[in-house]
Amino acid sequence: MAAQHCAGSAPGIDTGAVYSKDKRPVDTSCFFGTRKYQRDDMKKFIETLVEEHGGRASELLQILIKVQARWHHVPRDCIEQLAEQLHIPRTRVISVVEFYTFLHAQPRGEYEILISDSITDRMLGKPQLMDFLAAKLQVQVGAVRQDGLVSLDNTSCTGMCDQGPAGLINGRAVTALDTRKVVAIAELIASKVPVEEWSGDFFLVHDNIRKAGLLLGDTIGNGVALHSAFARGLDETLRELDISGLRGRGGAGFKTALKWRFAKQEQDSERFVVCNADEGEPGTFKDRVLLNSHAHELFEGMTLCAAIIGAKQGFLYLRGEYQYLYEPLQQVLQQRRQSGLLGGNIAGQDVTFDIEIHVGAGAYICGEESALIESLEGKCGIPRNRPPYPVSQGYLGKPTVVNNVETFVAAAKVAVHGGDWFAARGTEQSKGSKILSISGDCRHPGIYEYNFGVSVAGILDDCGADDVFGVQIGGPSGTFIGNAEFDRKLAFEDLATGGSFIVFDNSRNVLDIVQNFTDFFAHESCGFCTPCRVGTALLKKQFDKIQQGHGSAGDLLELERLGRLIKTTSHCGLGQTAANPILTTLQRYPELYQRQLKKISFEPGFDLDGSLETARKLSRRNDPAAHLTQGGE
Amino acid sequence: MANKIRLATTSLAGCFGCHMSLLDIDERILELAELVEFNRTPITDIKHCGDCDVGLIEGGVCNSENVHVLREFRGNCKILVAVGACAINGGLPAMRNFIPLGECLKEAYIDAIGVENAQIPSDPELPLLLENVHPIHELVKVDYFLPGCPPCADVFWKFLTDLIGGREPSLPYELIHYD
Amino acid sequence: MSKTISIDGRQVEFVDGQTIMEAAAAAGVYIPHLCHHPDFTPHGSCKLCTVKVNGRNCSACTFPAQEGQEVLNETDELREDRRMITQMLFVEGNHFCPSCEKSGNCQLQAVAYYLQMLDDHFPLFFASRELDASHPEVMIDHDRCIFCTLCVRASHLDGKEVFAISGRGINKHLIVNSPSGKLQDSALEAGDRAVDICPTGAILRKGIGYRVPIGKRIFDLKKIDAVSLAEQGGAHGE
Repeated sequence: MAAQHCAGSAPGIDTGAVYSKDKRPVDTSCFFGTRKYQRDDMKKFIETLVEEHGGRASELLQILIKVQARWHHVPRDCIEQLAEQLHIPRTRVISVVEFYTFLHAQPRGEYEILISDSITDRMLGKPQLMDFLAAKLQVQVGAVRQDGLVSLDNTSCTGMCDQGPAGLINGRAVTALDTRKVVAIAELIASKVPVEEWSGDFFLVHDNIRKAGLLLGDTIGNGVALHSAFARGLDETLRELDISGLRGRGGAGFKTALKWRFAKQEQDSERFVVCNADEGEPGTFKDRVLLNSHAHELFEGMTLCAAIIGAKQGFLYLRGEYQYLYEPLQQVLQQRRQSGLLGGNIAGQDVTFDIEIHVGAGAYICGEESALIESLEGKCGIPRNRPPYPVSQGYLGKPTVVNNVETFVAAAKVAVHGGDWFAARGTEQSKGSKILSISGDCRHPGIYEYNFGVSVAGILDDCGADDVFGVQIGGPSGTFIGNAEFDRKLAFEDLATGGSFIVFDNSRNVLDIVQNFTDFFAHESCGFCTPCRVGTALLKKQFDKIQQGHGSAGDLLELERLGRLIKTTSHCGLGQTAANPILTTLQRYPELYQRQLKKISFEPGFDLDGSLETARKLSRRNDPAAHLTQGGE
Repeated sequence: MANKIRLATTSLAGCFGCHMSLLDIDERILELAELVEFNRTPITDIKHCGDCDVGLIEGGVCNSENVHVLREFRGNCKILVAVGACAINGGLPAMRNFIPLGECLKEAYIDAIGVENAQIPSDPELPLLLENVHPIHELVKVDYFLPGCPPCADVFWKFLTDLIGGREPSLPYELIHYD
Repeated sequence: MSKTISIDGRQVEFVDGQTIMEAAAAAGVYIPHLCHHPDFTPHGSCKLCTVKVNGRNCSACTFPAQEGQEVLNETDELREDRRMITQMLFVEGNHFCPSCEKSGNCQLQAVAYYLQMLDDHFPLFFASRELDASHPEVMIDHDRCIFCTLCVRASHLDGKEVFAISGRGINKHLIVNSPSGKLQDSALEAGDRAVDICPTGAILRKGIGYRVPIGKRIFDLKKIDAVSLAEQGGAHGE
């Protein structure tokens, strides 16, 4: 069996190997193959899984997540068995494994540790902590330890910016990491204590609600929104939603009532409601809190939407980083079924609706609604061409409403209190409130809810931020504003935001921040379109060249030109915003970039002298002629 | 003609095919000689590049000497031109970029059939190889590019006569080739 | 009354359901493209067909034509954007034209010629990619794949699903549906449409590469906007 497994390592699946400079990767899967599992066990495991998921290919991602958890990777044999049992080409399984960062074709450690590399985690000491962790565990970052027990790597923002440095251990969120905890973790791993038996302290996640408003201020009773809606009439309720002026809270701000009405008017009678809980924008964590403490209202909002548009099935797409919320959310769904708020005859009406939870697996792009739908269908999260929009052809090609967690919660409140109640707050084009995730250099990071129209200065006062240099509004895809602009207001008409609000004080280096964001987009690009796939990689190279002091005046123009191209020709929002960190800071702080530039006309973007190192070593030379200067004589 | 255009040419990691192609302008070279003064080039055998108007570079950058020569050209030529596939994208020599340098050297000087006294050369007179072969635009600013492997004689002729005639050089469709 | 859009000021008729690309092609207006082929579902990934529709950039191959649209196609700005996108494709893969038997018949190259691309401009990636020459009649040189998915779509249409694109971001790559991952163990046969659909030299039919000498090939003689689809088809086979 082992031999066969070796022979079966197709070039396709070994992404890292195929593309790495070193052409002879060590394939440890054979070794793991014999030691870790027997093929019969695996077959049974897969059969049971496939059956649990109704044998549907759209469940592929959900199945693979469980395979990954069981075997610490997706073994080649699993891929073959899944392809056979789900009646899909093996290439479909392989491409999904290779797309999502939490799935692996090669074994990860039995303890897989991922540390959030978000800028906020870095500001809280992540780099030093990572070094300490690597030393304690005797494992290199990005690698699996020789004995296969532990692996360590970076991951994109895990949504714990108010309590970092954070990470994931075997998929479970860990927060507020420090050297004491790292020592304890190293000991637990050394003595092979299963993660399930670790102290709950490691996994404590605080809501940190600092300021409550329209949505967080009170909790509506279970079923109250639905009863109100049915009593008022569904058409009337949709009108109330219209009056409320509620716009999508993910950031784009499309009018919610309009979206629901479009879906309702579609010919196709099979429709879907999807909640986008793939909160991946670095610096955003408000959905985490809503899912933890306001889940009933969220599901109530989704059920309301279903009743209005005539959907029978809903999905909550939960980001993989929030896996720890999966069980509690299932319990809430179960309670609602028992209370007659889900299932058939909801609230005594002729309404049937239920909600399934789908979990993501580490792909920021799945926050884009059409990519999210692809992912729900068990495919790679690649944004679709639009039109058609999801509201007419979404999940399985059927009309689908996709809304943010906060939007559904707000809709439920509007159903209870009416549209005017909501519209009385906020500004002309931005009614109601916005929940912000505040992190970075401030004394009280956490969740703050404000009526739209609040000024940045006011927020900074509340969260205890002094000596502020600037704020990243709306995460890396948003805008960086400097301290001359703090009178600007949060509203769709000025600073639109999905809720990420990262504060930077004067001790921070803007270029470090921009570099972290630029790396993030290059890492998260789905690779579908040329400008984003190649462009974000080039943008990273070009920025690094300047950051490392090898840039000249022309390089800055080039950076801007490249950024503009990516912004204007990319397929979806990711590419269209990927250059924002560079473009918005270049506009505000040209001098910070210029300070990095060389006076000379041009310098290579790679380390020229370093490029002679191999030849120097092999020829055992170190004479002056065996060296090159970077900038020329 | 009082002020002749001063022209220099060189081949870095190239095969001199581009130079051969330049010579393919045949008798027009006499006309060219009326208009240009050749500085450092294999045609004159001048060893170092003096002040020049135009420098034509054939070949990519594969070793430390290439870097020095390229810099000498960039420093002395008002207009620097990348000529041919190798100067533009590394070309054939860049195909070694997919094999680690150590292995290339080992294959050539240690493991190859018939090697005696196997050792990797270490004479300080010899230029050291760079880890990768690079197109020249990754090391210096380049003003014009003449693609082709090699660019045909008419490409050189069109480009140089445009330049000498004070026109912005441009190549018609039939002269743009990468092969 | 027929419906029209305007492309660079010229009135072009269309019927409902047509994309801008389809309307343009029917009227003989060339919009540069690589991932588009009229026989297959539009993909919209290469972005070479980016046009400006009422002031906003759209992919002509996927965007529906609508009455009254003002489409800009041949502008200096779009030409420069398209040239940069083509340069991106060149630096991402390993496109050594002199050593590629598709040279002269290659659409990537032809588009680059059309856009007067003289250099790669960006730093090259020199990505290490493999060659699969296992199949007796067909080979894949991954160096030249631009992820247009035409082979994927062609192989989907005939039900064999031989090809797929896998990986994410800059690590995207073409994979083959066979137990070994090699082409020889797949269901691909020499007569399959997928064999000849590749716009570059990534998928090549063996044994015919140099029947037509370099210099006498399709795009050596004509600009891509003057080459019909039927003639381009000839680029791959006889």
